[in-house]
Amino acid sequence: MSGTVAPADAAIRTRGLGKRFGRQRAVADLDLEVPRGAVFGFLGPNGSGKTTTIRMLLGLARPSSGDIHVLGEPMPHALRSVLPRVGALVEGPSIYPFLSGRANLHRLDAADPGSAARSRPARVDGALERVGLTAAAGKRAGAYSLGMKQRLGLAAALLAPRELLVLDEPTNGLDPQGTREVRGLIRSLAADGTTVFVSSHLLAEIEQVCTHAAVMRAGRLVAQGSLDDLRRAARARIVVRTPDAADAATVLGIHRITAAIAGDSITGELPEEAVVEDLVRALVEAGVRVRGVSVEGDSLEDRFVALTGEGFDVAG
Amino acid sequence: MFVAFTALTVSIPLFLPLTIGVVAGDTIAGEASLGTLRALLIAPAGRLRLLIVKYVGALAFAAAATGVIVLAGVGVGALLFPVGRVTLLSGDTVDAGGFAARAALLALYVVLSLSGLCAIGLFISTLTTIPVGAMAATVVVAGASQIADALPQLDAIHAWLPTHYWFGFGDLLRDPLVWDSFGVNGWLQLGYVVVFGGLAIWRFLTKDALS
Ligand SMILES: Nc1ncnc2c1ncn2[C@@H]1O[C@H](COP(=O)(O)OP(=O)(O)O)[C@@H](O)[C@H]1O
Ligand SMILES: [Mg+2]
Repeated sequence: MSGTVAPADAAIRTRGLGKRFGRQRAVADLDLEVPRGAVFGFLGPNGSGKTTTIRMLLGLARPSSGDIHVLGEPMPHALRSVLPRVGALVEGPSIYPFLSGRANLHRLDAADPGSAARSRPARVDGALERVGLTAAAGKRAGAYSLGMKQRLGLAAALLAPRELLVLDEPTNGLDPQGTREVRGLIRSLAADGTTVFVSSHLLAEIEQVCTHAAVMRAGRLVAQGSLDDLRRAARARIVVRTPDAADAATVLGIHRITAAIAGDSITGELPEEAVVEDLVRALVEAGVRVRGVSVEGDSLEDRFVALTGEGFDVAG
Repeated sequence: MFVAFTALTVSIPLFLPLTIGVVAGDTIAGEASLGTLRALLIAPAGRLRLLIVKYVGALAFAAAATGVIVLAGVGVGALLFPVGRVTLLSGDTVDAGGFAARAALLALYVVLSLSGLCAIGLFISTLTTIPVGAMAATVVVAGASQIADALPQLDAIHAWLPTHYWFGFGDLLRDPLVWDSFGVNGWLQLGYVVVFGGLAIWRFLTKDALS
């Protein structure tokens, strides 16, 4: 966990944020800290509370508890002054199927009383261009593919220059090429100084562009910080394959490693100060017949899986 | 004149409530079901502003529908009957200008009559994300109100039903003009607009947009 920032420096800051749906806690006790200028990955499996959190950040839903500051101002209290500076894509595309892509953007742009009608066509065309939808702009949006709808949603978020972009699973429904394009888009926006808050249930899709990340599990935050911090915290494991597993466990125990035995392999979490070479020597000197030694699990992906669980089960 | 009059009399019980039900019921629920409500709110359209625009839109639609009926009635009347001075219900006659004024008053009266139902529909529309449900519920309200109005046992509440004065526009076809039903209907409809408009505002401003 990186050091806390002053509220004014945080693009998003929540304290004790919670949301209940009846008896279910969709989000609980959430302390988010998104520094300005960051590309912040908001990770978690399906149903972990990402969309619910984003709805609360944008004033779509009221928190059951806790408070929120976005761009230094309290939400939803300062909604009118905050939202024009925020572009957002929430929970998949929201489009008028009977209007063309361009007409969709015109309508959404006109919905903001602060947007100038005179510069509207230029802004709409700019946004369409940015997401690569110019050629299909005249087509009925109802006839778009899911990926095109997702791009239209992104275009709506980019209608004006924003200080903060909140993107909820923006790569949903996109092919690998589209996913790469979204990453490129995020990079170029971040280069302009925009803070990007992007959620995903797949670490791999956004890991390359993130500077910071938070991991949700069942409505709670299980990790947060800069990517470097998170990588450092990703503890490596030592795996020893040996017929003398019990003896090996004793030796590892002397080195303060609690190991689990599974058949002829034994696994334990490596403490930071441990040196693998020394452990191997200690094992051999104790008469343990070592067949193989490997160090696993120091990638962020492994850490993510360790934090969120690997199964297909979604959190109730 | 009387074709327009008859056209309105025929369309008021069913056709116009149906139209209003569809339009007013769709206002918020329709956006919610498309998922565009959240996009509008993020834009940010402003919740109160969105509600007002939607209500004005529904009312404009009511005016357009009524206008079409009246104009069509006048047109058909001009084709079928000799055009000239028009006889009113009181037996007096008016010239073409007076006639146009009466027709406009007629339309205005009907739109006024529908403004309460529009507010009811708007409120119902904030309760759900299923537009068809809101539409049907609004039509049912109009129908139930008319049925209750016809039951002598419910005499006590008749004057408070939103549809009670819907057919009061006969007064506007007398000479001199009788404004009574216009006035009392105006107050009643205003009451419905205030109450259900208020409920819609309260509901929509505190509601979570989760669709
Ligand atoms: N409108 C709602 N009513 C009831 N429960 C909801 C609602 N929206 C979300 N939830 C519940 O809240 C939890 C978190 O959902 P969500 O925030 O959509 O997760 P994510 O976006 O991470 O996939 C889920 O268990 C979901 O069932
Ligand atoms: Mg989600």
